[in-house]
Amino acid sequence: MKTFHIGGVHPQDNKQFSAHQPITECPLPKQAIIPLVQHIGAPAQAVVKEGDKVKVGELLAQAGGFVSANICSPVSGKIAKIGEWTDAWGAPGQAIFIDVEGDEWLPEIDRTPDLARQCTLEPKAIIDKISAAGIVGLGGACFPTHVKLLPPPGKKAEVLIVNGVECEPYLTCDHQLMLEHGEEIMIGIQILKKALGVERAIIGIENNKKDAIEHMQKLANSNLGIEVLPLKLKYPQGGEKQLIDACIGRQVPSGALPIEVGAVVDNVATIFAIYEAVQKNKPLVSRVITVTGKHVAKPGNYLVRFGTPIDEVIALAGGVPAGTGKIIGGGPMMGRAMDHTENMPANKRLSGLLFLSEEESIRPEEENCIRCGKCVQACPMGLEPYLLSRMAELEMWEDCEKHDIMDCIDCGCCVFTCPAHRRLLDGIRPGKAKVGAILRERAAAAKAAK
Amino acid sequence: MKQFIVAPAPHAHSGDSVRRNMLLVILALMPAYVVSVIEFGWGALITAAISVCACVLTEWLISRYLLKEQKQTIGDLSAVLTGLLLAFNLPSSLDWWIVLIGAVVAIGVGKMTFGGLGQNPFNPALVGRVFLLISFPAQMTTWPLAKGFETSYLDAETGATPLYFLKHIAKTGDVSLVDQLPALKDAFLGVMGGSLGEVCALALILGGIFLICTRVITWHIPVSIIATVALFAWIGTPEGMEAHQYVAYELLTGGLMLGAFFMATDYVTSPMSAWGKIIFGIGIGFIMMVIRTWGAYPEGMSFAILIMNACVPLLNKIRPQHFGEPKKA
Repeated sequence: MKTFHIGGVHPQDNKQFSAHQPITECPLPKQAIIPLVQHIGAPAQAVVKEGDKVKVGELLAQAGGFVSANICSPVSGKIAKIGEWTDAWGAPGQAIFIDVEGDEWLPEIDRTPDLARQCTLEPKAIIDKISAAGIVGLGGACFPTHVKLLPPPGKKAEVLIVNGVECEPYLTCDHQLMLEHGEEIMIGIQILKKALGVERAIIGIENNKKDAIEHMQKLANSNLGIEVLPLKLKYPQGGEKQLIDACIGRQVPSGALPIEVGAVVDNVATIFAIYEAVQKNKPLVSRVITVTGKHVAKPGNYLVRFGTPIDEVIALAGGVPAGTGKIIGGGPMMGRAMDHTENMPANKRLSGLLFLSEEESIRPEEENCIRCGKCVQACPMGLEPYLLSRMAELEMWEDCEKHDIMDCIDCGCCVFTCPAHRRLLDGIRPGKAKVGAILRERAAAAKAAK
Repeated sequence: MKQFIVAPAPHAHSGDSVRRNMLLVILALMPAYVVSVIEFGWGALITAAISVCACVLTEWLISRYLLKEQKQTIGDLSAVLTGLLLAFNLPSSLDWWIVLIGAVVAIGVGKMTFGGLGQNPFNPALVGRVFLLISFPAQMTTWPLAKGFETSYLDAETGATPLYFLKHIAKTGDVSLVDQLPALKDAFLGVMGGSLGEVCALALILGGIFLICTRVITWHIPVSIIATVALFAWIGTPEGMEAHQYVAYELLTGGLMLGAFFMATDYVTSPMSAWGKIIFGIGIGFIMMVIRTWGAYPEGMSFAILIMNACVPLLNKIRPQHFGEPKKA
């Protein structure tokens, strides 16, 4: 069985809590909070004003540039205010607050569960629809999807790689989506293949989801040019570069995009959203969120409209368990620990809510590095985390750059594996930000010199 | 507003710890130690006990009273392991006070002067051993015969190790000495003279395989050392001896297996990347065979490892296979 070729770790997958829990719809909130940044790139610009009435699917905010994404209303009601808002991690931003009234959708949106198989649109029209629907990568990075579908001149996509790996422990939303909406995903893949002009699509699924592999394989048998590829369990297989390596054995060079090796990668949830946008005229207004943890009363996979305060989703799962130490937005390897849950809405970025007990939340004390080299063995990018972390602490930015700090994908394998409990990423992350800033400055200076 | 614990990702850990790794190495040494006790009796028990206790005590005293550390590190078991490895490298009949000096030098000079665990450039147990070898050459090369508990600790019968004969054969071409070598089966099972813990190749190999399987060490260092030694011996087989016989003796006698699986693989003093480890291993094998063949000492494992320890910062310039770059070599 295939997998990626450098590094990787084997965390306990802990998916048993929420696996196979049917996708349950979360009730609408009284007030929805819609942050204007739910993607990588420029913030979206609000196109509505206070007091406006909106329907579900109406444009609330327009993409603030090419690398940005539209935000469509996930609820119907009246705009209460547009203003300052702070997220669960304390970062300030702008948000639109909507007082929810009923659930009125734009008339062109098809809300029936009927499959719409035929797609007669031209590639350009497909991409326009995806862009208008505000679709971003739902695997975690939230990169605007239309940007990936428009490769720079001279580059040609050869293969579409569909990410059904879900390598983050605990999370099961993609797994359940494949089980319940496999047909839609297949149609979505055909649409994307058409948009990209590729003949071949590979769905990579890790071997801990045997039923999903079987189900998708059965569907793929009647779909031309779609292969299902079971992958050996290893984290971070869902990382874009790792998945390409695992599926087609090509490694994207340092600093380059997947298109460099002829690949475009999209997550199954993103592809489901593409199906809904192109075939059912339904913009991205909701997603499946896994609520899980060892002590959660009703762990499960919940279909949540964006803007719904997460407190309401948590209540549906039985509330915050007693003795909770951390609430993680996302999975345990790359998710972010929230300071609080108030005023925090579900949004495009949020794939899961994971509750860790106080005991599980303890970061053991750091010991001396024993130079065992386990971080080097674990790093899926072939970097030297022990060295980068030290260099970053000592502010040796040039050395950081020479040792490819910018290739770090933040996967956490080094910290996960370190027997001395060293917090390597606590040094590498700020180092990466600093070196990134230096590189941008240098590029700007070079441009100015021309 | 209820607040929760905030910390950067990842929020999961493998559960591995320094202590666990040290403990596994100590466990992996146990089969070889059991053989030593059977063969060398009281000497094996007493020497190891003195060495381990002295190492732990030295670390604690220095850390507590000289460095005035708030937190003591003896709980990580690295001092226990150093003590055990030092004992493994000593003749079992060594006077107790020499063992004590060795332990104090190993931890005091070899480890704590540099700042404790993780900071030392040289393998502390070998620093202690080589210090003793140079300071007490007679005592350090007096090898008790494997007679178990029949003999008392200090009045053990002594004799030369197989390496002494091997060297003599290589130097003089006197093939008649081959009869003086233990049978290959005995060499493999450890029925021969030598340092306390080095004699039983079988037990050491089992321990080493255990460490590789539990991912405490990787195969790179032991395999490259053993392969280099085997190749060197095969090419340099003295006239009158069968190549396979000579290779087997070089591999099974002396400190080779102990060094390859347990000493050279010391985390702190070995390289980080796979290729660094392989070159490190080749260097050790080569230097050791040069010393065994032409040097003044019959055995060169300690020196070879220490010399290559000194090269580790250089070997760490060799970077691991980087994602997205064409394959190296």
